[in-house]
Amino acid sequence: MRKEDEKVVIELKGVCKYYRMGDNIVRAVDGASLKINEGDFVAIMGPSGSGKSTMMNLIGSLDVPTKGKIFLDGEDISTFSESDLAQLRGKKIGFIFQSFNLINNLTAKENVMIPMIFQGHDLEDRNFRANKLMQLVQLTDRMHHSPGELSGGQQQRVAIARSLANSPEVILADEPTGNLDTKTGATVMDFLEDLNKKGKTIIMVTHDPDLAKAHADTVYWLKDGKIEKITKKKNGWDKGPRGVLIKPKEKK
Amino acid sequence: MILDFFSLALKNLKHRGIRSWLTLLGIFIGVTAVVSLISLGNGLQMAVASQLGVSANELITVQAGGLSAYGPPGSNVVDSLTQGDVDAIERLSSVENAVRRNIDSGRIEFNDNVIFRYVGSVPNNKEDRDLIYEQLNMEVLLGRFIKEGDSGKVVLGYNFYGKKEDWGGKSITPGKTISINDKNFQVIGITDKVGSMMMDNIVIMNENDMKDLYGFEDKADMIIVEPKNKEKLQKTKEDIEKLLRNRRGVKEGEEDFEVSTPEATLSTVNNIIGGVQIFIAIVAFISVFIGIIGIVNTMTTSVLERKKEIGIMKSVGAKNSHIFFQFFIESSLLGLVGGIVGAIFGTLIGFLGTVGMNNFLGTELTISINFLLIFFTLLGSFLIGGIAGIIPAMQAAKQNPVEALKG
Repeated sequence: MRKEDEKVVIELKGVCKYYRMGDNIVRAVDGASLKINEGDFVAIMGPSGSGKSTMMNLIGSLDVPTKGKIFLDGEDISTFSESDLAQLRGKKIGFIFQSFNLINNLTAKENVMIPMIFQGHDLEDRNFRANKLMQLVQLTDRMHHSPGELSGGQQQRVAIARSLANSPEVILADEPTGNLDTKTGATVMDFLEDLNKKGKTIIMVTHDPDLAKAHADTVYWLKDGKIEKITKKKNGWDKGPRGVLIKPKEKK
Repeated sequence: MILDFFSLALKNLKHRGIRSWLTLLGIFIGVTAVVSLISLGNGLQMAVASQLGVSANELITVQAGGLSAYGPPGSNVVDSLTQGDVDAIERLSSVENAVRRNIDSGRIEFNDNVIFRYVGSVPNNKEDRDLIYEQLNMEVLLGRFIKEGDSGKVVLGYNFYGKKEDWGGKSITPGKTISINDKNFQVIGITDKVGSMMMDNIVIMNENDMKDLYGFEDKADMIIVEPKNKEKLQKTKEDIEKLLRNRRGVKEGEEDFEVSTPEATLSTVNNIIGGVQIFIAIVAFISVFIGIIGIVNTMTTSVLERKKEIGIMKSVGAKNSHIFFQFFIESSLLGLVGGIVGAIFGTLIGFLGTVGMNNFLGTELTISINFLLIFFTLLGSFLIGGIAGIIPAMQAAKQNPVEALKG
């Protein structure tokens, strides 16, 4: 699948994230390297405590690494100020969270408009785009409701609409179906698949191997803060190669 | 973008409902106090001054006892002033003229209604009488004033004419006859409204009539003194005080009489009002201070409660400055809303107070809404809210997005 001329949207080079917890140092991410190309559907897989949340925060530039470098669209994020990073994040990455993370005292549509405010779009623009996005996630009739009045599936669709607000290149989804039943979860995944077909890069963090295998082209298996293996979807998982183990040290 | 933060802030304040309102209580009370104080201030001064009979003339008033809010001047005084005192004062070199006045209470009957009112005398001599009219600062609305030789005739205060409900629905006008202590008098004039309860309800008659009616001989309830040199009011006042101390055999500092000049009375009035103003200013200051603490408290709590929201905002691209402004504006709006509510209540209190004074004291004050005052009060409360919000807003802005998202 990977061609040389494909555009790399996110690249991690020997990234480490250490936390101090009392007297111990927790190595949440310990030397991870990966490249994600434009248009990929990538899953980051691992049990709880494997460091996948930290990984997702680093990829989403919500957090900065203790060691190593992260490139977002070819730019080293360590050179950005906190504010510039926020702007970059708002423009290039759309977040979808397990617990939806909508703002409760705003309506669904207003939630979708929020990211656009921070990019300085005027009200007319925001209205137009929010209406389109609400239409895309098929919630036009519910857009003036507050998140509390919507079902879980509907809330996650609002969150998808919000993640698309500034037409980002990357959608970063953290356990997007974690709080949903199987059926609504499937609907949400359909939306993500659809977006991927339209060219969006999707990075999904999950602990569910079936979900990862069912939707992602590439799965990064995380264990104890390290990428244990990478598997690629090739005409069904069962017969495909089990991937190669990449050790960060070996990578140039 | 700032406008968007305003609308976001408004939504947040609305969302928090009762808590927002409780927070701005302090600012509200402070602003109410300031606005009502200032809108009532001038009216209050005029009302108190007119009640104490202060007018802009330059005459000295001498009374036995002192300024008393109860009963007519000179009443309830054991050792009253006499005609002898009047004559002695008039002989002082710094005094141009001294006129005796008597005031007593009378039973007034008209149209089968009986009301008790003050009856005051005017001297027979024209020059003396003019002095009294100057001191009273009154003008006739209907008819004419008492003249020399007017016997059995009275001039009445405005309320005898204006408040006909007192007299069974009939206005008293010149030409009508009223009975005072069972003796008939013809009304010859009605004075114009003064705005003082005492002056608007007074009955004025000739000194001789008053003597006949009340049977006093020598007693002077009040002595009105015209100084020779109006520039030397204070000196004249001291001369009179010295004279009366000697005549009455009292030491300095133990006077059982009072010599008052308009300025002195006015400064008494100002002292009273000044005290009230300082009190209200302190109340206002304390409430605003409490208001600031309240806002800081609410905003700090709000930052903690909305940690997750801050995280969400940051994850969708909010800069630190965006978060700062959102909380800062919210805090400023809290102050402003408190100011608006306070200004409305303050103006309302000023208005009701003025209406109240006009009704109960008979003053004729008008209330004017001071837009400049309101503008600065609102600006002030907006700024106070903002200042109170700076530290909480900074706390909000510097939240780590990862930590904040955890809630």
